[in-house]
Amino acid sequence: MNIHEYQAKELLREFGVPVPEGAVAMTPAEAEEAARDLPKGGVVVKAQIHAGGRGKGGGVKLAQSASETKQIASEILGMNLKTHQTGPEGKRVRKVYVEAASEIEHEYYLAVLLDRAEEKLAIIASTEGGMDIEEVAAKTPEKIITVTVPTPDTLPDYVVRRVGYGLGFDTDQVKKLGGVLAGLYRLFVECDASLAEINPLVMTPLGDLLALDAKLNFDDNALYRHPAVSAMRDPDEEDPRERAANEIDLAYVGLDGDIGCMVNGAGLAMATLDMIQYCGGSPANFLDAGGGADKEKVKEAFKLILNDENVRAILVNIFGGIVRCDLIAEGVVAAAQEMGVEVPLVVRLQGTNAIAGRKILTESGLDITSAETLEEAGEKAVAAARGGKA
Amino acid sequence: MAILCDKNTKVLVQGMGRMGQFHAKISIEYGTQIVGGVHPGKGGQEIEGIPIFDSVVDAVEATGAQASVIFVPPPGAADAILEAADAGLDLTVCITEGIPTLDMLRAKQALAGSKTRLVGPNCPGLVTPEQCRIGIMPAQITQPGPVGVVSRSGTLTYEAVDQLSRLGIGQSTCIGIGGDPIIGTSFLDALELFEADPETKAVVMIGEIGGSAEETAAEFIGAHMKKPVAAFIAGQNAPPGKRMGHAGAIIAGGKGKASDKIAALKAAGVFVSPSPAEIGETLANNVPSLQG
Repeated sequence: MNIHEYQAKELLREFGVPVPEGAVAMTPAEAEEAARDLPKGGVVVKAQIHAGGRGKGGGVKLAQSASETKQIASEILGMNLKTHQTGPEGKRVRKVYVEAASEIEHEYYLAVLLDRAEEKLAIIASTEGGMDIEEVAAKTPEKIITVTVPTPDTLPDYVVRRVGYGLGFDTDQVKKLGGVLAGLYRLFVECDASLAEINPLVMTPLGDLLALDAKLNFDDNALYRHPAVSAMRDPDEEDPRERAANEIDLAYVGLDGDIGCMVNGAGLAMATLDMIQYCGGSPANFLDAGGGADKEKVKEAFKLILNDENVRAILVNIFGGIVRCDLIAEGVVAAAQEMGVEVPLVVRLQGTNAIAGRKILTESGLDITSAETLEEAGEKAVAAARGGKA
Repeated sequence: MAILCDKNTKVLVQGMGRMGQFHAKISIEYGTQIVGGVHPGKGGQEIEGIPIFDSVVDAVEATGAQASVIFVPPPGAADAILEAADAGLDLTVCITEGIPTLDMLRAKQALAGSKTRLVGPNCPGLVTPEQCRIGIMPAQITQPGPVGVVSRSGTLTYEAVDQLSRLGIGQSTCIGIGGDPIIGTSFLDALELFEADPETKAVVMIGEIGGSAEETAAEFIGAHMKKPVAAFIAGQNAPPGKRMGHAGAIIAGGKGKASDKIAALKAAGVFVSPSPAEIGETLANNVPSLQG
């Protein structure tokens, strides 16, 4: 789960990481008021959306007064912000963060994440802050410092020293970094984050470190034990289809093709997308109905697929292990009858109770194209989406 | 011989809830020696004819079990893994999906140096055809034979096994290693076991996007494996940054891409199937001696 910058900064503050003063605003008037509460000096108005690259897209602007803050906030609020991470459709800005401008001597990058290959948490740091870290990694990998942490529950001092001296800090600065890193690390572990990133971490002319921007992602599997973090979920930032799927415990990812897919199991679901593309078609979604798929779930899945108006054919691909094909078939028939599915339907049932399932489909009298192998399923779905008879 | 489990393996079920009971019953019908269940608070009872114990240690003492399968819900699953290791089991297979990553990180580190091998979590388990079923795989699609199957995915494993069986090619052991970022047994571990197993003559490996386990496996195959390997990588068309169902299946920062994995495998001499429908055929065409 992702959260907004203003929420990330609340958490950082709570864990003792220094951040500039600021407040979130939903209206230009609130933004003006927030600016008045800040110490004298410049004000930064930042669009709050779940995407990076906001500055380049025109979502971050500097104001010199409270009234100018109001003016800028009125321009940013409601705008459709396009960045390299939002996709061409952009994202509507519903909130801005109003923050005291900081003086910057140098920008650094600092993050805590899971190093999957090492199976350890790792600290990543770089002197090239304020840039896209993936770009730094690709162009100047020598400027990235990675130090793994031996056991997750303690951050040893030597790790801080390796990071600090690696960044070219003197002993005093390493001490200050120790404070920032201790807070960031504790936040990661105590809140079950999957990424805790400060970019940029700035050094002010007075030698203080400040988190100017932050990105926190959380482990979805651990949200159950962090109600306060869960409450930071912003449904407006999520794909409405993915959100609806989440609510009924289906894994769904919207894509831009025209063949709707319903599959059991994540691996087979990915392979089904591959199969469709291999056959020259284009999938409209990834949908894993999971191990507990039954009649009701199948109906919900169909609703979700049919909500996508690009869908021109539906492919159901089930390899029954725990899942029983006869129950799936009942769900498919019920969904097709109740919802009046108007696009061609290709169904492949294999594994547990597949024969009984196929019988249910045939006896329903519905116009359902049956497929036996994965290849046949892919070919028939692609043909159906093209308007030919499957 | 197969790997990890056979007809002599005595298995405990940790977590005798609905799922645990259901699959214990199917495994027993398949001929697996399910010798006990562990469910704190239900010790002394009998469920589906299986004696229940309050702790793994008690169960091991009473039954001589060497392995366990875990169906404990996510908040207690890492604890169940540690309990299995504490009781000195050789093998524990964790089926549970949705364990917090940090819990697994701690559990994996605690397992280092213990004799217990963990398979999973978030995996379908393993089947040695006609001998032993640990987990949730539909064992009826398997048949005994010379091919080891290792996969990160459940249903895609079934797909590959089915393709092999339809071609008349049986399996030594089928093992699902799980789709999470932190798992007990890696591709590399499974490949090492298959390479050392005299009954296994070839291996099918099914990977997916995310992480670099397939690349590590490719290095091992190139340097150390004499047995032929066929592979498929799922998620060749997945959009970056999206989690495709499995917690581990995400392309992050340009890493974990299917194309890189396929290139690494091909460079190691692996026969890579171009589509998920041709996994069995790819192996059969390149290793004709397996058929018949």
